[in-house]
Amino acid sequence: MNPAQRLTLFLLMAPAILWLGLLIVLPHVEILVLSFSQRVAPRVYEFGLGNYLEFFTEPLYWRTFARTAIMSIMVTAITLVLAFPIAMYIARVAQGRLKAMLLLLCLLPFWVSELVRTLGWMMLLRETGIISYLLRLTGLASQPVELLYNDGAVILGLVYGGLLFMIVPLANALESLEPSVVEAGFDLGGSRFTVLRRIVIPHAMPGIVAGSIIVFMLTVGNFATPVLLGGKNGLWFTEQIYAQFITRFNWPQGAAFGILLLLLSSAIVAAGLRLTGQSLGTTLRQA
Amino acid sequence: MFAPSMSQSTDLDLVNVTKKFGAHAAVNDVTFSVARGEFFSILGPSGCGKTTLMRMIAGFEHPTSGDIRIRDKSMIGVPANRRPVNMVFQSLALFPMMSVGENVAYGLTCRGVSRAEADERATRMLERVGLKGFGERRVTALSGGQRQRVAIARCLVLEPTLVLLDEPLGALDLKLREHMKIELKQLQGQFNTTFAYITHDQSEALVMSDRIAVMNQGRFEQVGSPRELYHNPATPFVASFVGETNRWQGEVASASNGAVNVRLSSGGTLHGHGNASQGATLSFVRPEAVALAQDASVLSSLPNRYEGRVSAVLFDGAASSLLIKTPGFDQPVRAVLPQAGPLAGIEVGAAVHLGWTAEAMKVFAA
Repeated sequence: MNPAQRLTLFLLMAPAILWLGLLIVLPHVEILVLSFSQRVAPRVYEFGLGNYLEFFTEPLYWRTFARTAIMSIMVTAITLVLAFPIAMYIARVAQGRLKAMLLLLCLLPFWVSELVRTLGWMMLLRETGIISYLLRLTGLASQPVELLYNDGAVILGLVYGGLLFMIVPLANALESLEPSVVEAGFDLGGSRFTVLRRIVIPHAMPGIVAGSIIVFMLTVGNFATPVLLGGKNGLWFTEQIYAQFITRFNWPQGAAFGILLLLLSSAIVAAGLRLTGQSLGTTLRQA
Repeated sequence: MFAPSMSQSTDLDLVNVTKKFGAHAAVNDVTFSVARGEFFSILGPSGCGKTTLMRMIAGFEHPTSGDIRIRDKSMIGVPANRRPVNMVFQSLALFPMMSVGENVAYGLTCRGVSRAEADERATRMLERVGLKGFGERRVTALSGGQRQRVAIARCLVLEPTLVLLDEPLGALDLKLREHMKIELKQLQGQFNTTFAYITHDQSEALVMSDRIAVMNQGRFEQVGSPRELYHNPATPFVASFVGETNRWQGEVASASNGAVNVRLSSGGTLHGHGNASQGATLSFVRPEAVALAQDASVLSSLPNRYEGRVSAVLFDGAASSLLIKTPGFDQPVRAVLPQAGPLAGIEVGAAVHLGWTAEAMKVFAA
């Protein structure tokens, strides 16, 4: 490479490197450093693992942490199960304009902000909301029903928010499956279930993993949905981080939680990849 | 030998099968039988309905009317995965997510054969098709011919009553295609399985088949052995679709007892055989039926005798031909290029005498 080419390459890469460096790497290094400074007296900090020890000694913290992880995995699984038939329909049944229409319909809710969407769900689910009203109207309930502020509501909201990000990579993966391969699966004696298990799902695996990673990441790091739909019972780990940074003004503790959340999601994604035998490279190409 | 009436020896019977897409009949009232162990081909141009016909036999499409019977059992309402029929797809449709061995064992495991036995039978089948030791390979790591054999092994391992082949040689290059034609025919003989083969390539059909059905616009034009189709075409379509041929338009001048005299619009008079008795006709003569000579007296016994001049030599090895500009014909007459004897080395511009028998010329009402 001659110097001119090298300069060109550098200039072309510069925006990306600046973006990554200034907005992603630098803040994370800062947070990492911050997480190791513990408060010994007001405004007096020293290096130590105290913030991390605090996490393991205070049950509220690690239980919230575990709860967030488990519920995120559940949300990812539910999203996958719901998205699969939809993606299947979009990729293999719908043609031309209908296909574009359906994808647009999936996209439509994202034209309003997450906050507004979540508030919409609150209107439906609250005690004086439409569903409660309908339940009373039809005589299924004798008094107003509170559907908000429970785990179900949180999962509902998160699944709703994640669906699109699962459907798109899934539909992409399913679209590339040759119709004759599916027919051959039936022709050689496979039942619908066999064809799904041995041909369709293995083919869609990169899409499944890509969609699951995206949905899982979005869910673990979500803040508004668990807070609004779960209320006091939300107990999402991001709330703990928020509380440390904003309410308690204990930035080092919040930083430690942030790092732990990053490690948690990375570990679960790595485990998921290993479990399904996919590599991050092929998955990213699919997404 | 392949009489359709002997229903106990037929593997496949189609009875008045029609398939309509909207108002368009893709397959229109087709009836035929395929005998046990027979290599049966359906030959037709693209869009003639042959793929639809095959997909109905496989169970991916359902006839609008008529019956499809396999060993005397009606297949109407039987789903594709319960029919004793397996298909080799045009794209082969191997399962890319499985190894070669798993591809072959797939059908067996679907039937509930244990994993170990399925693997063993798959291994034996791979040996029989000349792919010993390929079981662990990825299908993507195979050559075209090897993929072909996996696709066939995957069907044959299930010992189906009938194997359907949907232009499986289409994607191969010429040399390999020639080779696979012979190999397919040998495999079929070796396994003694009934093959139904669809193709638009007349050479594939002629080389491999015991019998061929020529299909056009949803109907069967003619069913017969390759020789019958070639030498005694029943319709003008069969005459022009199967093999190379000269084709002239004209009118009946006189006809009696199957002998027809034809006057071409371009002036020539021809003597042929056919069922046309009056009006417009189409006449066909195969290039190899055209006799050539330097001396007119050699051809004196032939009823059709002309004199022309070579306008082009189309050299293609054994399939070479000559185009001879002949007075009375609007198009040059195509003849086989003589490559031995007195006319070997004939050049463009050479004068030549040509002729053919009345039996060699088929005349059809247009």
